[in-house]
Amino acid sequence: MTTPPAPPGTIEPSSLIRPGTVEAPVLTQARISAEITAARDDYARSIAAGAPVRSHPDRDYAPYRSSTLRHPRHELTAMGSDPEDVELSGPVFGVTDITDLDHDLTRRHQGEPLGERITVTGRVLDRSGRPVRGQLVEIWQANASGRYAHLRDQHPAPLDPNFTGVGRCLTDDQGTYSFVTVKPGAYPWRNHANAWRPAHIHFSLFGSAFTQRLVTQMYFPGDPLFAYDPILQSVTDDDARGRLVAAYDHDLSIPEWSLGYRWDIVLDGPSATWIEEGR
Amino acid sequence: MSSPTPITAPGTLAPTPSQTVGPFYGYALPFAGGGDMVPVGHPGAVVLHGHVLDGAGAPVPDALVEVWQPAPDGSRRGAPGSLRRDPVTGAVIGRHGLTFTGFGRVPTDADGHYAVRTVPPGGVPYVAITVFARGLTHHLHTRAYLHDAAGRAEDRLLSRLPEQRRATLLTTPEDTGVHRFDIRLQYDGVHEETVFLDFG
Repeated sequence: MTTPPAPPGTIEPSSLIRPGTVEAPVLTQARISAEITAARDDYARSIAAGAPVRSHPDRDYAPYRSSTLRHPRHELTAMGSDPEDVELSGPVFGVTDITDLDHDLTRRHQGEPLGERITVTGRVLDRSGRPVRGQLVEIWQANASGRYAHLRDQHPAPLDPNFTGVGRCLTDDQGTYSFVTVKPGAYPWRNHANAWRPAHIHFSLFGSAFTQRLVTQMYFPGDPLFAYDPILQSVTDDDARGRLVAAYDHDLSIPEWSLGYRWDIVLDGPSATWIEEGR
Repeated sequence: MSSPTPITAPGTLAPTPSQTVGPFYGYALPFAGGGDMVPVGHPGAVVLHGHVLDGAGAPVPDALVEVWQPAPDGSRRGAPGSLRRDPVTGAVIGRHGLTFTGFGRVPTDADGHYAVRTVPPGGVPYVAITVFARGLTHHLHTRAYLHDAAGRAEDRLLSRLPEQRRATLLTTPEDTGVHRFDIRLQYDGVHEETVFLDFG
């Protein structure tokens, strides 16, 4: 754990450095950025050598330090596509699980949250382009100041009593989801010194099968923090990484009310996913 | 239930990449009764529990475990009724506690421990599990094979794993109806890494 840096122009009081302790070398952004570049170069070389495109991030992605002790070292065990596998069907959520208000994160408290009101919408599709209908989409996010409504987020940005940052909806017959919320702020974290996460909204999606389960993050276009963030950069394929960024869509902006973003989501899963007719 | 239709055309759209669940999902994803896949007091209920552990053997306190399985009759439909809300306050009040939904979702606690209460699945000897956590850029699939379930000997997955690896997928009996299943994200120098699955 690192302490917050001193404001510019102040001198770190030497009394805080306890005698006899060995200071760990500071893990700088420059070091992390060099690792990010190296990982992308490795990936480019593998593609040039004929390796398949990798849309998903490597689980072993060193610049994201939390992955170090948490990635399996064995190859995953390939399952093929046996229609008997339980994972090819999945949870069903229904209308009783969701209320009309759940998709609107600005209507969950007595007052209105602070920040830039946005709508976020898009379609959830399978890899064949078919809409994924009637499935649960969940989101969670920091408030406009970049702070989560979570006790362990002690970043000194203000909490907003009118914003918790959680929403749910079911996709409609076209696979469309829609949320009303506020644009989350960037925030610091402790992967390395001066680490800041670009603004993002977390998404959790259920497809029509357990194998289509996806947890991901949506980013906002033009964010200057993209290049510095090891979590976004863990997706080393440029096109794939680009698919995590929403598009500003002026036709979705509502006069005197909100700005609109469009973000379509394609769920993975075996090409031989078994579905039930009519769903 | 209509007959399943296999989709034979290969995927043509590129998938949206996975990203870590991060540490701060706790106010959003877990819900009341998320680990109660069967009603309290249900006859024949079993508990499936264990720790999620990292490559240092340390507990992972910010993991989320999801469980999916067939009903005792083999049905794989699941059922709505997990995320009910109080109509007045809007607060999530969770399950009505009457039906088996097939789906469980629990966060690990400060000791990296999770627990779900369920019933043995119909037709297969295992429950399907996914693990999400800070530090996992993409969730992991595994299976907990119940140590006392029929059908393990003929199981397609178990039969092709070396014994040491296979053992990581079997629950350990602790008490009547209590199944222990630890999930090790990485070999810790002593314990074998759990077998994780790729449904490609």
